[in-house]
Amino acid sequence: MIEFREEHHQFRALIRDLVDNEINANADEWEAAGEFPAHQVFKAFGSVGALGIEYDPEYGGGGAEHTFTMIFGEEIGRSSSLGIAMALAVQSDMATPALHSFGSHELKDKYLTPAVAGDMVTAIGVSEPDAGSDVAALRTRAVRDGDEWIINGSKLWITNGLQADWVCLLVRTSDEGGYKGMSQIVVPTTSEGFSVSRKLDKLGMRASDTAELIFTDMRVPVSNTIGEVGRGFQQQMNQFQNERMIAAYQMVGAVETALERTAQYLKERNAFGSPLLANQAIQYELAEISAHLEVLRHHNWAAVAAFNAGADITRHATVAKLLSARLARRMADAAVQYHGGMGYVEDNWPARFFRDTRLWSIGGGADEVMLRTLARLDPIGA
Amino acid sequence: MNVVVCVKQIPDPADPGALDPNTKTLKRDGKLILDESDSYGVEMALQLVDAAGSGEVTLVSMAPNGEVSGLRTALAMGAAKAVLVSDDALAGSDALGTSKVLAKAIARAGEADLILTATESSDGYTGTVPEQIAELLQLPSVTFAKEIAVDGSTLKVQRQTEAGYDEVECPLPAVVSVTAGVVEPRYPSFKGIMAAKSKPVDQVTIADLGIDAASVGWAGAGQEIVEIAQAEAREAGTIIEDDGEAFAQVVKFLDDLKVV
Ligand SMILES: Cc1cc2nc3c(=O)[nH]c(=O)nc-3n(C[C@H](O)[C@H](O)[C@H](O)COP(=O)(O)OP(=O)(O)OC[C@H]3O[C@@H](n4cnc5c(N)ncnc54)[C@H](O)[C@@H]3O)c2cc1C
Repeated sequence: MIEFREEHHQFRALIRDLVDNEINANADEWEAAGEFPAHQVFKAFGSVGALGIEYDPEYGGGGAEHTFTMIFGEEIGRSSSLGIAMALAVQSDMATPALHSFGSHELKDKYLTPAVAGDMVTAIGVSEPDAGSDVAALRTRAVRDGDEWIINGSKLWITNGLQADWVCLLVRTSDEGGYKGMSQIVVPTTSEGFSVSRKLDKLGMRASDTAELIFTDMRVPVSNTIGEVGRGFQQQMNQFQNERMIAAYQMVGAVETALERTAQYLKERNAFGSPLLANQAIQYELAEISAHLEVLRHHNWAAVAAFNAGADITRHATVAKLLSARLARRMADAAVQYHGGMGYVEDNWPARFFRDTRLWSIGGGADEVMLRTLARLDPIGA
Repeated sequence: MNVVVCVKQIPDPADPGALDPNTKTLKRDGKLILDESDSYGVEMALQLVDAAGSGEVTLVSMAPNGEVSGLRTALAMGAAKAVLVSDDALAGSDALGTSKVLAKAIARAGEADLILTATESSDGYTGTVPEQIAELLQLPSVTFAKEIAVDGSTLKVQRQTEAGYDEVECPLPAVVSVTAGVVEPRYPSFKGIMAAKSKPVDQVTIADLGIDAASVGWAGAGQEIVEIAQAEAREAGTIIEDDGEAFAQVVKFLDDLKVV
């Protein structure tokens, strides 16, 4: 089990304040503009040490246990723009864990320290036009030329892609094929041959910029390789566990907030002579969501305890990602439904929540990919 | 430069609980947090110590049940240590009773060049404690500070007024109340939160401070809360239709409020 102490409560209050002041205060404007100032927001979170909570203090990290990461995730999940929460989570738990675990000291000094401080914005470049769920199908190729990699190819769906200072790029560095012969490389976006070909216009997560990146004879030092050449796929699979957990932590905060706000609205909204919340049909749906939320929260605690104990959390992360996404979609549907017309207009939060949460069943490994992983972990058949 | 800041730990305004119908006071048995009004004093103290290049910020608080969470927040912002007075005999203390306790606690906190307070707490609003502390300590009292500078042993304060501000000078040490909102309180950092765990909180009772139980709490209170009543519901606002001249009405409204 995990234990919550005074410092955990203090940290939660800190992140809640930051979310209110640095995100929520401007969220409507940034959602409408279709972008947010990542350097400004990341600096605010970086200055208090929220972007490298578990990392080595030598690189500006907090050296803390994973429990704080869960609290961070839950609290950014309460933000009124999940797109900005996702952008932050990319920085803290998707683009940097491999560099922290496997990178050389020089590489960490140059790229991790400023990311933790919020001075550099990072992105994670895995997905390609023809390789999303099937990561092993990716084609972007790095060929060695002396001390440099020459990289050609493209990446699609890259969060923070327009604002990033560097990308943690997964590429092929040999012709072995499949999951063999891949490497992770830190690619500065100032590299010659790097370009952003387009910004994607999305259903939701509208404040977050998502880009297609093109690499044309892009040269990057071989010393920018994270860890071992050829171990990129395995390192990335490891990094995906952090990505999936932070996704699930966020949904605890997001669903909890949505549940509170929906119940509050239904208390005040009358129809047929009584508050809408007085209807059992509505109460039961919200009660069921609340029950699932409690189970998810406790499952996350178990994952945190396993993580803190150094155990493999693949199964925890897979279950958490799958069920948190499904719960978020159920909550979003209930929020829109019970708000009626008020839930369908842009003036109110449910519409954005509905669009934003829909991503959870697609990004970071779709629901079916989670099920595929589970079916393989458990002797179910596959 | 050593600065003492009096900080109150209050029920979370987001979840304020209730008034006790018997004692007619706010129930304070739940978790307490740092009164936001006090975060400005803490910030100002940290800035003054920084500017002086040496010294430290010490917190002084009186709270039930040995409550420290509000203190930890201010320690995480950068204060060095705290004195906490917690004693069952303090329940029911009025403003003067509170001031007596805080004055003794300030003396216990060590040599102070400056004592900062908020102008009033967010849950009590008597707004009299800072001046009473100054009187009890026989120190100059300056109120409603919006800016504080130290020049040798002289304190220079911009004291907020309706029209602007007065420039006030007095010798140090002094007791100064700080107006809410005049500085941007820093966020405590993750490292600050972890460091705050091991910063010393000197928890004392009234006996430790040499205070007679009969002079504080219900026993010593000269003030009595005779009645509590529901605040009147706020009146509906006025809607001004803009016919191109609405600004004149808005300006008049703000002018009547004396905010422009
Ligand atoms: C807003 C947004 C941000 C993103 N950010 C990033 C980022 O920063 N970095 C990055 O690398 N990627 C990012 N992605 C990409 C994301 O990870 C992929 O979209 C995701 O992995 C799915 O891949 P795909 O879109 O190619 O879908 P496909 O692989 O084409 O799959 C389509 C659908 O088919 C189904 N499916 C897939 N496999 C199976 C199976 N085995 N059995 C049954 N059904 C299956 C699923 O329902 C899936 O949704 C982002 C995507 C979005 C939309």
